[in-house]
Amino acid sequence: MQFERREAPFISPTADVGSIMRHVLYALIPAALAYVWYFGPGFIFNLIIAGVFCILGEAVMLHLRGKPIESTLADYSAVVTAVLLTFAMPALTPWWVTATAALFGIVVAKHLYGGLGYNLFNPAMAGYVMALIAFPMHMNLWTAPRMGDIDYQFMTFAETARFTFTGTLPDYLSFDAISRATPLDVVKAGLNNMRTFDELRAFPIMGDFGGRGWEWIGNFLAIGGVWLLLKKIIRWQIPFGVLAGILIPSGLMYFLVPGVNPSPGFHLFTGGTILCAFFIATDPVSAATSNKGRLFYGFGTGFLIYAIREWGSYADGVAFAVLLMNMAVPTIDYLTKPRIVGHGKNRGNES
Amino acid sequence: MNSPAATYDLGKLHGGLRLPAEKTVSTSLGIQEVPVPDQLILPIAQHVGEPAHPIVGIGEYVLKGQLIAEAYGSLSAPVHASSSGKIVAIEPWPVSRRYGENAPCIVIECDGDDRAIEPPEDTAPYNTLKPRALRQMILQGGIVGLGGAVFPTGQKLMQATTLPLEYLILNGVECEPYISCDDLLMREQAAEVLGGAQILMHALDISTCYVVIESDKPEAIAAIGEAMAELGDKRIVLKQVPTIYPSGGEDQLVQLVTNLEVPSGGLPTDVGCVVQNVGTSAAIYRWICEGEPLISRVTTVTGPGVRSPMNVIARIGTTIADVIAFAGGYNDEAEQLIIGGPMCGKSVTTDRVPLVKATNCVLVLTEAPVYGNEQPCIRCGECALVCPIQLLPQQLHWYACADDEKKLRSYGLTDCIECGCCDLVCPSHIPLTAAFRNAKVRIQELADEKSRAERARLRYESRNERLASENELRELELDQQKEAARKAGPSAIDEILKRRKRHDEDAE
Repeated sequence: MQFERREAPFISPTADVGSIMRHVLYALIPAALAYVWYFGPGFIFNLIIAGVFCILGEAVMLHLRGKPIESTLADYSAVVTAVLLTFAMPALTPWWVTATAALFGIVVAKHLYGGLGYNLFNPAMAGYVMALIAFPMHMNLWTAPRMGDIDYQFMTFAETARFTFTGTLPDYLSFDAISRATPLDVVKAGLNNMRTFDELRAFPIMGDFGGRGWEWIGNFLAIGGVWLLLKKIIRWQIPFGVLAGILIPSGLMYFLVPGVNPSPGFHLFTGGTILCAFFIATDPVSAATSNKGRLFYGFGTGFLIYAIREWGSYADGVAFAVLLMNMAVPTIDYLTKPRIVGHGKNRGNES
Repeated sequence: MNSPAATYDLGKLHGGLRLPAEKTVSTSLGIQEVPVPDQLILPIAQHVGEPAHPIVGIGEYVLKGQLIAEAYGSLSAPVHASSSGKIVAIEPWPVSRRYGENAPCIVIECDGDDRAIEPPEDTAPYNTLKPRALRQMILQGGIVGLGGAVFPTGQKLMQATTLPLEYLILNGVECEPYISCDDLLMREQAAEVLGGAQILMHALDISTCYVVIESDKPEAIAAIGEAMAELGDKRIVLKQVPTIYPSGGEDQLVQLVTNLEVPSGGLPTDVGCVVQNVGTSAAIYRWICEGEPLISRVTTVTGPGVRSPMNVIARIGTTIADVIAFAGGYNDEAEQLIIGGPMCGKSVTTDRVPLVKATNCVLVLTEAPVYGNEQPCIRCGECALVCPIQLLPQQLHWYACADDEKKLRSYGLTDCIECGCCDLVCPSHIPLTAAFRNAKVRIQELADEKSRAERARLRYESRNERLASENELRELELDQQKEAARKAGPSAIDEILKRRKRHDEDAE
């Protein structure tokens, strides 16, 4: 009998990129629902816009680069970029801001660097930072979370859609009425104005540890993240590194100079900390690859987030921290090469 | 039940995989004996090193156990006739080590009598022999490593004794899925395995032997434990290791058992260990104590493409087609024939290939793995997590694509054991191991080319040097002659010129 010749091994691999990305998407579902609950349906419109433009950008770039379109889109990486970008955007964002960010992330940060696997920078964060720098006014328009606050203004589905696609608010509302400083903004400005952290904690926008609403999104993100850890989609080194990178310096500052420094719990539960630790810094393509390298990468990212929040001019620093550490990845990888078995100290290796 | 002798005090191995064992399908029956076929195909290269030299002619009648090709060169092993019959051809025949391509083979037409050669009469007990003589004897039995590496055992033992040795490790780990021939061999021939261990300890002058068995083989552990109790040899210790692929690799086993790493490019002997497969050990016992050279072996015939998977003992040289027919033949879904396990085996194009000393498994698979739909690497690092050598396969793959020889070397390509773990966990389905195999060949070619160029350069330079020095010498002589002539005065010069003229005229 005749057979075909193939190369070992003859057991099929179990994982595939598409399933990894789908797992990431599943893990984000609870947090997405919480986001919609606290900040209104704007998230849904942003998601649709980001999704459409990410997939469109990916398809066009694949076509231009002469790569297979359908099979590549099936890896869901463009969808993950869209979802992560949406999590980073304010709930009320005009469509063209989201679209620009999505296209920049996919076209420039991803495909101009060679596509999935070759991109130096995290596409979602690159897109976000591009929008943040280009459209600061729109990117800083955060609404108040649903929290029983008298300032809370509910916008219906239709009103939100109208704003997203035309940039106009309902007649009875103004930007001033709906926009609110985020908890990170409040703390940053408050501490600069010689107020103590405990005073600021009494603000209605504050929850148990972080910002009200924000901290619940964080909780759901953490649940999703832990599920990804259990599923071995991500490994513990990067989340641990990021959290340690934030908690260690903020804890030290909080306990050494209490009053003028936000608590580690606040840092943990506000802004993009949890999203970054489990979903953004863990993007394998733009992260370090060795275990040790990932600890350093995570810690560096966490520390930079803390440093930007503490000493920078932006309220949150997740995107900048991630992009800065992306740049450091080749060096980290080079310096953290594991020792190859059979090389190095051993009785047999002395000669 | 586990034998109380089994121990867990083990070194650590990085990475590895827990693979579905798939072994029980072939272990329900005992070892079945495949009848002697009508025709035996015996490749002259069934081992690592130089092929053996045939010493029989076409038409010659040979007996079972008779030497038909002798070891040639410093690394080689002899081949013996597996049954009696007539040599009908010495010709190219498809072989498994070349994936079904041809290689020279001796073909014996069996007469069915299976007449064995007379054993030598003065067989002194092995323990009265000097270790050196015993090693020489093992060399003559055609015995090679039966775990699949087929390194000539005699030479392995001789190389080993040039270094201080501490442990003999008998490898009963058999970590690849599907394969169960060592398991069955230990269950049924435990006494021979341990007998071989005693011979090896004598030949190597070693006083500690670890018999290492994976935890998923309780019957083998029990059988070896019983045989040990019967033997009462305190030098032999049974060790149980967790079932993780690839802990049965020679270097990995040493690391697991002794916590010592075999240095890069080195051998287990560099850390005082000699590793032998349990099957090899039993073969040594049969050769030294019963006079039977390596002419048969236990093989697992298994896989979803075989009707009745089982372990068989077959004569070396039986074709795979015969072996599979014995195991009920192929079923309708048979798609792929593999000699060896599913991780490191070789796929062959035809079942005309003979069973050889290396054939520990004949695996028939029903579906091709899903490679081919390769996506770009997403740097997830799973490959690095499972690599038992702690390499960074994703980086190696990058440099293999870029053909960067220097980087490939510094990232340890040559240390890759080609276990295939990285392929199995890669979400992008990149055939990493195949790429590394090719890259290894390529950097070897580059190195060869370099050394060839270097040799040519040296040859050229030394020729130039020689010509220059000859020239110099000639000029020096000429100068001396001129000087001498000048000293002798004009008459002498005239004399020389005259002589010269005469000489020229004579020549004409």
